[in-house]
This record gives sequence, C-alpha cells and structure tokens, in this order.
Amino acid sequence: MNQKNLKEYWRRNLKLLLVLLVVWFIVSYGCGILFADTLNTIKIGGFPLGFWFAQQGAIYVFVILIFIYVYMMNKLDREFGVEEK
Amino acid sequence: MELQTWTYLIVGITFLIYIAVALWARAGSTKEFYVAGGGVSPLANGMATAADWMSAASYLSMAGLISFTGYAGSQYLMGWTGGYVLLALLLAPYLRKFGKFTVPDFIGERYYSKQARMVALICAIFVSFTYVVGQMKGVGVAFARFLEVPFDTGILIGIGIVFFYAVLGGMKGITYTQVAQYCVLIFAFTVPAIFISLQMTNNPIPQLGMGSTVSDGTYLLDKLNMLSTDLGFDEYTSAGMGDRVNVFFITAALMFGTAGLPHVIVRFFTVPKVRDARLSAGYALLFIAILYTTAPAVAAFARTNLIETVSEKSYNDMPAWFSKWETAELIDFEDKNGDGIIQYVADESRNELRIDRDIMVLANPEIAKLPSWIIALVVAGGLAAALSTAAGLLLVIATSISHDLLKKSLRPNITEKGELLAARIAIAVAVVGAGLAGMNPPGFVAQVVALAFGLAASSFFPAIVLGIFDKRMNKEGAISGMIVGVLFTTLYILYFKYWGGTHEELWFGIKPEGIGTLGMIINMIIALIVSRVTPIPPKEVQQIVEDIRVPLGAGNATQH
Repeated sequence: MNQKNLKEYWRRNLKLLLVLLVVWFIVSYGCGILFADTLNTIKIGGFPLGFWFAQQGAIYVFVILIFIYVYMMNKLDREFGVEEK
Repeated sequence: MELQTWTYLIVGITFLIYIAVALWARAGSTKEFYVAGGGVSPLANGMATAADWMSAASYLSMAGLISFTGYAGSQYLMGWTGGYVLLALLLAPYLRKFGKFTVPDFIGERYYSKQARMVALICAIFVSFTYVVGQMKGVGVAFARFLEVPFDTGILIGIGIVFFYAVLGGMKGITYTQVAQYCVLIFAFTVPAIFISLQMTNNPIPQLGMGSTVSDGTYLLDKLNMLSTDLGFDEYTSAGMGDRVNVFFITAALMFGTAGLPHVIVRFFTVPKVRDARLSAGYALLFIAILYTTAPAVAAFARTNLIETVSEKSYNDMPAWFSKWETAELIDFEDKNGDGIIQYVADESRNELRIDRDIMVLANPEIAKLPSWIIALVVAGGLAAALSTAAGLLLVIATSISHDLLKKSLRPNITEKGELLAARIAIAVAVVGAGLAGMNPPGFVAQVVALAFGLAASSFFPAIVLGIFDKRMNKEGAISGMIVGVLFTTLYILYFKYWGGTHEELWFGIKPEGIGTLGMIINMIIALIVSRVTPIPPKEVQQIVEDIRVPLGAGNATQH
C-alpha cells in the first residue's frame, strides 16, 4: 500500500472515530449527566428519560457503537485492500 | 433441600467444571501461557473478557450501591461500560496488530526505552495487585458467609483453585475457565432478577420491568420515588444538581481507567486477527451489558422490596433473613423510640436501621422469598466473578515479572523453557502472595480501587493512545507525561484520603475518585509539549506506528 493510500485510509478512520466518539459523549455525558435533569421531565413509560439514559440507554448505545465501528472498519479495510486474509 | 446443601452442591459442581477445563487447556509454550497462543475466537474472548472484567465488586456490590444511591449510582454503570468504546476504537485493534505479549512490551518498544518499560511495569504490577487483593477478600467473604467455613479457609480454597488452573494453563487455562465462569455468573445474576421482575411487575425482562407498573397500577419508579421522599431520602431517579461535576469526573475516570487496565488490554492480544480484536471488544461489551443493564433493575426492585418489608413494621415480625444478617452484623437495628417498630428514615437522629450495601445482591433473593437453589446459585456466581477476575490480574503480575523484567530486562538469553518455568513460578508466587494479602488486607486496600483506576487512567491510557495516534510522540514526552500524571494523581488521592485534606481544599470540588480524569489530561498536555521540543523518534519507531495503523500482516507481528 502506497503512502498516499495509507494517508487516505487513516484520514477516513479518524473521521469515523470522531463521529462515533461524539455520539459516545452525547449519550453518556450529555443525556446521562449534563442534561439528565431536563430530560427527566420527559417520561417514556415508567422511565424519566435522563435516568433511563444514565442507567440503560447509554449502555445500549455503547454496544451498538462498537458493532457499527466493526462493520464500517471491515468495509474500509476491504475498500483499501488491507483486510487480513 | 437446605440452603447449605444446595450451596455446597452448586459451588462444588462449578469448581469441578473449572478444574476439568483447566486440565483440558494446558499451556505448552510461553505464547500459550501469555496470550493463549493467539488463537482464541472473538466470541470466546468476548466472554472471557467479560468475566475477567466483572469482578466481585460488579457482581456483589454494584447493585447494592445503586440501590442506596439511585441516580448517582449511574456513574458506575456508564463508567464501567463506556470504557469499552474507547478500548475498541482507540486501543484494541492497534495493540493486536502490534502483537506482543504485555502492555509494558508496547510502551517499551514504542518508546524505545527500558526506563519507559520499567515505569509501565511498576504501574501494571501496582494496579493489578491492589485489585486482586480485593477479589481474594470477596472469595473469603462468600465462603465464610455461605459455607460456614472460616474466612481464611475460604481464601485458601479460592487460592487452591486459581493456583491449579493458572499455573497449569496460564492465559490459555484462564481464558477457557473464564468462559465457563461467565456462563455461571451471568446465569446466576439474571435468573433471580427475572423471577423478581415477574413477581413485582409481571414482566419477565428486568430491564423493562423496571419501567413497568406494579400490582397497584403505579409505575415502579414513581412508587420508589414516593417511598423514598416519604422517608426523607432523595428522589430515586432525580439527578440532583449538587454533584454533577463529580458524577462527570468519576464517570470519566472509570472509563479512561477501564481502557487503561492491563488485564483488560492484554485480552485483546489473544485473538488471531485485528478484525477479531475489534469484534471481540463488541462481544465483550455486549456480554457485560447484560449484567450492567440488569443491575440497575435489581437495584430498584431490591430498594422497593426492602422499604416495603421493613419500614414501619414490627421488629418481631421480621422474616428469617433479617436476623441472619443481623447475626453477621451487616444489619443493625436500634429501637431508639422503644416502640418495637422499625423506623427506616433519612434523618440520622430518628433512623433505627443500618444496612450494609454489600448484602443487597445476596439478600435480594431471600427478601423476595425465592427458593434456596437460586440463592445457592447467586453464591456460585459471586465466586465465579471473583475468581475469574483474580486469575486475569494474577496473570498480568506474573507476565510482568517473567517476561518484562526477566526476559526483556535482566536475562535476555533465557530459553523458552526457562521463561515458561519462570512464568509458572511467578504466577504461583503471585497467587499465594495475593491470598496472604487478602487474609490480612493492608488498611489502604479498601480505598485503593480508586487509585487503581486513577493510575490506569493517568498512566497507560494517554501513553498508549498517543503512541498510536501521534507519530511525533517520543520517549521524552511519553515518560515525562506518565511520571507527572501518575505523581499528580497519587499525591492528590493520598492527600485527600490519608493526609487529612479537607473538603474545601478539593480542586474544583473533584473527589479523589474522579481525579484520574484530570491526571490523564495533564499527562497528555505534558507529553505533547515535551515531545515537540525534543528530538523526533527514530525512523524504525515511526515505521512501527505506520505499521500498527493498518490491519494487513498481523500474523507476522506475533514473532517473539
């Protein structure tokens, strides 16, 4: 793999990381902590929403984020021909 | 059958399974001993990582803690899961591509320095040892409480089992017993939760039951909020304004700490490929999330059940479990106004009941009147959680000594056979040492878990991440960052925990538990500044960085 491709591969990787980490930050520190009070005024079933994010929702999103990362990176690897045989 | 008989039976069966697995998975080479030969499937590694990660604290203490603190307990839930996102995205695939055996290995080679390796080595041993002593204590407690053997004998039995499969099988034996232990602990945690959820809300899924209605038609959480405020406690679900800063900082310290813990990181060296490392981080978090989303439900059920069972009820009518825990001095009733009725309220001067938080998971099935075999299962699960974590930590200590210290620093000419023997001796010594320390825990151990996370966050996490993402990072930057980060974090914790620091002196009000976050930021800033005014790293090292960023060719990197 040549230098130019490597740079592009790495740039695309960083872009994906940035997007996923922004979501990671928003669901936990945002919805679960900083805005938990405000969200608690909204109720989904028996759950105040801020409380739900802090004790349930953030964790579900974390799991989903990793699987999205796995899928996207595998795709990126194949596109650049750097996947392991 | 009696509870005692059930407990012996179920714990006995699980221990036999661990021994059988250990006999099957013996290690024949250092590679098998350190990283299970690098041939573990992502699914099995995910389970092993989950068991490795979920300690006696996650299993026995966390739900109780949440039960008594409500919303504030969320910091543990998010903190101890969110770190896996960082691990999967920022560390695991690259460290797998790098493909050596230990975390100090990476630090030592990426920063082309024996000093860096030594700093990392000392941190790894310290973090792992403080952690493992707590696990041993957990094993002792579980045995003492439920099998009515003395505390020390309980620890000896625990040591015996870990000794057997860790010395024999190394990482290979540990990995496959951890898979079995995960199955035991998750089954044991969820089954009672499902029963209690059905009992209270008619919903078999605890995660949903928590948000459902109870028999009188109100939502469980609304009812719990009402019960709590009636007794003068804070509303269970309310995110009170006061401690927002600390919830933020502690959550972050736990997340970065998780991602920097050597016994977790090293698990990702055991899978065959980079893409397996990514995938197995996903599986690991999925398996962890099953427990971590059930725990808050258990907490809410237990809290409601507890208040309804004891509050304003006659002391003489208390069920059998109440007096049992009283004997163990974990429940304490003092009839202050002499009316024979239990007043359980927030106001200290009127409150008559003290309950140890740690008993909630163990007492919960009894409070909910579930059959004996379920209670026995919970005990076996607690032991599985403690043993699996202890084994993972002990392996880190042993490999640090036999591989990083002996092979890479003191005696580079040692043969494969000699190193394997050294590794076995090191782990045997570590197991016995941890057991002895668990019997006579040094006073500081109970509080040093904060230190373990703080140190992992302020030393390893920045050094590894910068080593991967900043090609310009050199040894001067990384070492000074690690030293300043670790010193700052350690001194802050020591000052406020032991040297009488007052609440008013806290920086920005940050408690010692959350200071690792600031330590990590300081480490990064120092590292970046120092690295920019000192020489660029050598060509070969820059080549290593280029190389670990691309998955292709991971197979070769495992060469010893």
